[in-house]
Amino acid sequence: MDIKEEYKEVKGKYDVIIIGAGLVGSIIARRLSQYELDILLIDKEPDVGTGTSKANTAIVHAGYDSPFGTLRGKLVVKGNRMFYPMCEELDVPYKITGTYVVALTDEDLKTLEKLMENGRKKGVPGLEIISGEEMRRREPLVNPETTGALYAPTGGVSDPFMLTVAAAENAVMNGTDLMLETKALDFVVEPFSLHKKKVAGVVTNRGTFLADVTIASAGLYCDELMEKLDIKYDFYVRARKGEYYVFDKAKKGSVHNVLFPCPTPVTKGILVTTTVHGNMLLGPTAYELKDKEDTSVRAEGLAELREGAKRLVPSLEITDVIRVFAGLRAGGFLHDFIIEAPAKYWGFINLAGIESPGMASSPAIAEYVENLVREQGLELRKKKDWNPIRVGRPDFSELSPEEQAILIEKDPRYGRIVCRCETVTEGEIVAEIHSPVPARTYDALKRRTWLGTGRCQGGFDTPRVIEILSRELGIPPTEVIKESWGSNFLTRPTKDVPEGG
Amino acid sequence: MFEKQYDVAVIGSGPGGLAAAIAAKEAGAQDVVVIERDVELGGILLQCIHNGFGSVIFKEDLTGPEYAYRFIDQAREVGVEAMMDTFVLDLTPHREIYAINKRDGMVKINARAVVLAMGCRERPRGALAIPGFRPAGIYTAGTAQRLVNIEGYMPGERFVILGSGDIGMIMARRLTFEGAKVERMLEILPYISGLKRNYVQCVLDYNIPLQLQRTVIDIKGRNRVEAVVSAQVDEHWQPIPGTEETIPCDTLLLSVGLIPENELSKKAGVELNPLTGGPYVDDTMQTNVPGIFAAGNVVHVYDLVDWVTKAGLLAGRHAGEYATQRRTESDRKLRVVAGDNVHHVIPEVLDPSDLEREPLELQFRVRRPVEAPVWVKVEADGELVKRKTERYVRPSEMIMVKLSPKDYDKVAGAKKLSVRVEEKG
Repeated sequence: MDIKEEYKEVKGKYDVIIIGAGLVGSIIARRLSQYELDILLIDKEPDVGTGTSKANTAIVHAGYDSPFGTLRGKLVVKGNRMFYPMCEELDVPYKITGTYVVALTDEDLKTLEKLMENGRKKGVPGLEIISGEEMRRREPLVNPETTGALYAPTGGVSDPFMLTVAAAENAVMNGTDLMLETKALDFVVEPFSLHKKKVAGVVTNRGTFLADVTIASAGLYCDELMEKLDIKYDFYVRARKGEYYVFDKAKKGSVHNVLFPCPTPVTKGILVTTTVHGNMLLGPTAYELKDKEDTSVRAEGLAELREGAKRLVPSLEITDVIRVFAGLRAGGFLHDFIIEAPAKYWGFINLAGIESPGMASSPAIAEYVENLVREQGLELRKKKDWNPIRVGRPDFSELSPEEQAILIEKDPRYGRIVCRCETVTEGEIVAEIHSPVPARTYDALKRRTWLGTGRCQGGFDTPRVIEILSRELGIPPTEVIKESWGSNFLTRPTKDVPEGG
Repeated sequence: MFEKQYDVAVIGSGPGGLAAAIAAKEAGAQDVVVIERDVELGGILLQCIHNGFGSVIFKEDLTGPEYAYRFIDQAREVGVEAMMDTFVLDLTPHREIYAINKRDGMVKINARAVVLAMGCRERPRGALAIPGFRPAGIYTAGTAQRLVNIEGYMPGERFVILGSGDIGMIMARRLTFEGAKVERMLEILPYISGLKRNYVQCVLDYNIPLQLQRTVIDIKGRNRVEAVVSAQVDEHWQPIPGTEETIPCDTLLLSVGLIPENELSKKAGVELNPLTGGPYVDDTMQTNVPGIFAAGNVVHVYDLVDWVTKAGLLAGRHAGEYATQRRTESDRKLRVVAGDNVHHVIPEVLDPSDLEREPLELQFRVRRPVEAPVWVKVEADGELVKRKTERYVRPSEMIMVKLSPKDYDKVAGAKKLSVRVEEKG
């Protein structure tokens, strides 16, 4: 995007600007919102969490594998302890399922020993190596050749996208300004001292916003921002593609545990796992590429998944698949998080390479960033009225018939089903469109309500959702989009029907 | 909670449901209700604005809405109640229906008999697991049909249609009428999967380029579809390297099959046949759950609406008789099985004594097309009961064989009735 003159006009002044409303950026915003600060959270997309946050394996890692002595290794263990209480405050679903690393050979057992030792050194609680027999007892579908497994009782699953929404919402409730479709194009850089320059704000497509501290939490795009400030590390940024299979909740022979294969140096491997909503999930692959928008699914990726998953669960049949998808995570790093205030700037904090286990680490990352903000000279005074509690909106399908009846009586729109497979009502959709972090696209609604994710994959709901979005946003149906700019559903009215008729 | 008692409750108001409601009423049921999730009665017929409906029952060429209104009007005349904009959430084996709508909130209906008439749904893309991006511009043919014919909006301008099902072919013509271009129709099988009639009237007549034994192997475009990549397939449906073609387009329509919609049936404990995706039914269209009947595409997917209506009439009549206690027991002892080149047969089980009183129709589809005269044979424990000639058989077309009361003696004592298709030597 070219920087037009009008973008340079100063539109606002904040204490803190956070670039990137992914999971990490949103949790940082929420954490900082407890202080007397004016905060602006921006994202280039029409929704929060549309990068790595929306498409990953959703595991809350216990932290046994990130190496001792790394920042990542430290933050994941602390983050895991902070994670579930945070989910409680934000009304985000989670399950502390415990996780298993499954060994298939005697060689693998040695790897488990190393992982356990690494984990114990870092203080991961409850690690235990169980026998192959015990593993088969806990998960009868696991490969009969299993020789043992590393059990981590504090591991679990959550919903990274809903956590992003909930954290951003809670930040907004506590006074944070959220601006979507707002892309950071450049920084405002001013002289500061002999050795330092000051990052004084951000130039965006909606004008320039000044801030005392600018935090870059741009995920896959961290390198583009670093380039603007001429910050270099000894690594390159690559997108690492992970492909996935999702199965129908009702699939027979589904695995409801979190099973890792024994890890390799590049990846934790292809998991057979469960989502917090009860769907079996296979993935991810690990395929490095330069294109940070290439979320296409490759046929060979799917073949790799099938093969990888069958090593863990030989009886697995690829039937009742409801979705295949690909997510991109930041790869190609030196296998550690970079979270720092680069020495040559004042007022700038950079986050780069937040790959797995970013979700489990996220509350600890936010705490770490808070200390860096302090070091950049901002005084952090607690708000008297900060409210850490965010209450989710009702999920109609999870309510009892009596509760459903009460809801419809209060708002008849809950009496109209828009998505038949996942039982999503018009009331829920309208509530999401008008929530603090508004869902204004089809995919934004899909991620929040699960509409269109069931057996018919949106066949039934799509025309109805287009109609509701058009009505609630006051735009013609042809302007309703699926996800990003240019993803319009409809091209024009049919020949004999006038616009709006 | 609003609670009500009915003799017969019909779930779904498409052709099967409407016929069932009318027949139940005519069979003597007092209170009959049709529950419809949409705002009007008629089901999917309302978006089928093309002609070709009613050739069997009315000997006329009607549009979908015209055909539907023949039955909607009749249902009103005989006093069928309708609950529209009402969605059934649950059905119990004791025939309790929980439904919601904006007006009444939660509604509980206790029915003496229930007719399942939920129809079918389209096979989506996820089940096919096509690699590539997830952009806007991928629709099932029926969703596109609704957008164009009901909502009045075009879902795209340049189309590739995957699959040669009937809705896909009909949409190829409809989109051409609207000024869009159908770049290609691709069918993975060596023959079209819809009716010959639709192939001639919608594909051939409008010069839609159809390619057999080809499928889509990739979808290009991040925000909106920009192209699809097709490839020739071998006999195991696997793409053959080197045969790829990139076809620029903005929309991919999927017309790759229909699946009976039976989520509610499962909740009520209705047993489903994995071959059809529909309930196992007997000759009265009753499922394994007493008092729960099924009619139309919810049982197996039909090729003509007229047969759906006939199935609805049969199910409705028996539901009415069940509700009024004229017949509550069936001696379901004769199994009907699929023999050579037969995919499945409906009904799957029957009470032979029914055949003593009235004729009975076996409906089936073949597995493979045979473009030459064949024998259709019905055998009871291996003994020939009936045979008839068909000029050809195709998986896309349903075949019927009628048994009459004079065949009763041959089947009365049998354990198994089988249907097979034999090429005439």
